[in-house]
Amino acid sequence: MNSWIDLDALWKIVVLGLVAGAGLPALFAVGLHAISLSGREGAATTDATGDDARIIGSNPVGIAAGALCFAIVLAGIGWGIYSVVAGT
Amino acid sequence: MNDGVLALVVVTALAFDFTNGFHDTGNAMATSIATGALPPKVAVALSGALNLVGAFLSLSVAATIASGLVNTGDVTLTVVFAGLVGGITWNLLTWFFGIPSSSSHALIGGVIGSTIAAAGSGGVKWHGVVSKVIIPAGLSPIIAALIATVGTYLIYRLSRSVPDGTRNHGFRIGQIGSASLVSLAHGTNDAQKTMGIITLALIANGTLHAGAEAPTWVIISCAIAISAGTYLGGWRVIRTLGKGLVEIDSPQGMAAESSSAATILLSSHFGYSLSTTHVATGSILGTGLGRRGAEVRWSVAGRMATAWLLTLPAAGLVGAACYGIAAGIGGTAGVAVVFVVLVLACVALYWQARKTPVSHHNVNEEWDGGLVPADTREPVAA
Repeated sequence: MNSWIDLDALWKIVVLGLVAGAGLPALFAVGLHAISLSGREGAATTDATGDDARIIGSNPVGIAAGALCFAIVLAGIGWGIYSVVAGT
Repeated sequence: MNDGVLALVVVTALAFDFTNGFHDTGNAMATSIATGALPPKVAVALSGALNLVGAFLSLSVAATIASGLVNTGDVTLTVVFAGLVGGITWNLLTWFFGIPSSSSHALIGGVIGSTIAAAGSGGVKWHGVVSKVIIPAGLSPIIAALIATVGTYLIYRLSRSVPDGTRNHGFRIGQIGSASLVSLAHGTNDAQKTMGIITLALIANGTLHAGAEAPTWVIISCAIAISAGTYLGGWRVIRTLGKGLVEIDSPQGMAAESSSAATILLSSHFGYSLSTTHVATGSILGTGLGRRGAEVRWSVAGRMATAWLLTLPAAGLVGAACYGIAAGIGGTAGVAVVFVVLVLACVALYWQARKTPVSHHNVNEEWDGGLVPADTREPVAA
């Protein structure tokens, strides 16, 4: 413990910050990847211009996995709001 | 006898809260506006509403922004007033130049300055200032930038094969969500500071007994002031953060806001007070570092860093000078004179800003090296 820098709080902020602040968005990206997967017949549906209006792919497993990812992200946000309300 | 002074202090504190709001809109919304995830007007309205909600969420209002920084026994109404004037002045000047700088630092600097003028440097707890204000200020942008860099890198790596339609749509939603969280956290943290200042003034005046909770009217008026300020939108600061520092794409915007939200919430959770502005700026810088080929304009970053170094001394000097003038004239008249000077200075700066307006119309113009877009030569009507 140092009287100038609260190292104890600091490393927790860095580690948990990496988990929540970088990990959750990364999980969100994984979720996007999962829901966009196409099914068996799915040849690439986008060309290089990428102007495909379709948002969700046709792979049910992918969609379920994506939904799970988003649920975890939402839970993380819920915890964040809770910690604001609790005023800790 | 002090009721006139008290009224002026309350009005000035609410004015500070208002500048705090519009100065910091960019922290939450700059990236969403820059990437087009939200139209500018919708973004500031959303942020304003969430700041309002956030202000009411703060349950425990500490009457002591100054606690641990100055000897509270030296804090009189005039000291608080002069400190607030220092904070407002610095907020407005940095807004004019489009520099995101910490509103908390401006307020702390102003209060320290006026305390020194009132009670000498013995009235300041320097160890507290260094360990609670200066060191966190140096660390917070680095932590936020680190998290945002890692987040940006991971997001780009993991979403490489996602079709563009899904990608743009998804990350815009994510960006709006994370920016909303930052707005909420901002309302909670920053509105609370002004509630604390007003409560402190009420205690100093003897209206409230020491250790009292903030009265309901204080909570409501502070919530409205910060939310109205946020809705006004500090377009100059938004432009610098959204367009000037780094060219931002939706995935980067989401990474930046997630990093900001996580850092702000965690630091308040662990009792380590970090400035929202320093965190947001560090995050945006980090997204520029984490994406290959993204350009970070280090000259803009350098200008910000310089302003951050100047915040405490500059706001402190104004605070000290204001205390000197107010105490020199004495009593209610002294405070009133400084108040009138402050109002005149604000009006003058506002008119100066009108000559080269930055608003929701031109906030997203290409960055061509300056805050004000090149084609804005004449003042736009209304």
